[in-house]
Amino acid sequence: MTAQEILFQYCLRMGDTHNVLAHRMGEWCTNGHILEEDIAMTNIALDHIGTSRAWLIYGGDVEGKGRTEDDLAFHRDERSYFNMLITELPNGNFADTIARNFMFDAFALLYYSELANSSDETLAGIAQKAIKEAKYHLKHSSNWMVRLGDGTEESHQKMQIAINEVWRFTGNMFEMDDIDQNLADAGIGVDCEKLKDAWMSTIVNTLKDATLTIPENNYMLTGSKKGVHTEALGHMLAEMQSLARAYPDAKW
Amino acid sequence: MKEPITITELEVWKVLEQIPDPEIPVISITELGVVRDVKIEGSAIAIKITPTYSGCPATNVFEQDIKTEMEKLGFEQVNISFQYSPAWTTDWLSEEAREKLRDFGIAPPEGTTKDKKFLLGEDPTVKCPQCKSTNTVMTSQFGSTACKSLYKCQDCLEPFDYFKCI
Ligand SMILES: [Zn+2]
Repeated sequence: MTAQEILFQYCLRMGDTHNVLAHRMGEWCTNGHILEEDIAMTNIALDHIGTSRAWLIYGGDVEGKGRTEDDLAFHRDERSYFNMLITELPNGNFADTIARNFMFDAFALLYYSELANSSDETLAGIAQKAIKEAKYHLKHSSNWMVRLGDGTEESHQKMQIAINEVWRFTGNMFEMDDIDQNLADAGIGVDCEKLKDAWMSTIVNTLKDATLTIPENNYMLTGSKKGVHTEALGHMLAEMQSLARAYPDAKW
Repeated sequence: MKEPITITELEVWKVLEQIPDPEIPVISITELGVVRDVKIEGSAIAIKITPTYSGCPATNVFEQDIKTEMEKLGFEQVNISFQYSPAWTTDWLSEEAREKLRDFGIAPPEGTTKDKKFLLGEDPTVKCPQCKSTNTVMTSQFGSTACKSLYKCQDCLEPFDYFKCI
């Protein structure tokens, strides 16, 4: 792989990660349990779309084949999507969404705080922007973690089940393959393995406040970097991409 | 033959100052601080903008507004590009812009991103734009647009938007 191909692949991974999570958050639109939450979740969706665009626009530039962000978002199949597995998990009930987002938000804040020092100016810029948003996202998801975990017996139980369910998808966020290592060594990308301790302490602290327990099962799922996903992603993409594929020149 | 463009960059800035923010029309896009650079090259103009929030839908609207205004000035080519670094911050809002927000019923950002309170991640004390009371509570971290949170005044009981400090 050339340096250019490596960077392109890296942009796809992060662009896809945010795009897929944005779509999931968008699915909450009109389904929030209170108006404020409906608005919050669609706002968060917009932030992720914005971050995804920045990555994919840059990815398209790096690739140099004239592909736009839309080409990349809507005209790649499941096996060519490289989003982190955790982001594709279906929304489930509200606790499932919060658990998923909380795990990711805690990661994203740490990740972008590191990426802000990237020697690649564009990536550093994307990161500076994303840090600010990630802080708000984490605040939102961790507030709910505590509110539901330390809430009623039922909300506590649902929150714990949600944590247990999402746990095996968290390891994937810290995985490093040759591409990641290459860019981390070059001072362009982030060494995600090094984020793990800080991430774990965020999780431990919040879960403690939420009276929830960290799952003991440490079996972690993998595959996203090779385009191997859970069955949920294909369904999601089919819906997300249908309009763009049926009407390739559609504009709005 | 077409007349050569004699407009200066300063004059372009003056025109940009007239373009309102699509969501908060009392302040202009320059007061908001999203226009970072203007460069004229012959009959072409390059403008750099920075989004307030990465997914802010208003960005596309003012991108289009800028284009329209620049074409009116006679530019044949209008290149608008995004600049992500330095990231947009509410610190760039002028005192005047903050006053305008307040008059419009939106509480302006409290302090700057360099304040200790902000750095420690504490919630700010937000003043009600109606009755100036500081007896207010946040009802939702996210408001009608990405840049705002929802607050409620416990004295005059008015709900209001707070322009988040970022
Ligand atoms: Zn009041």
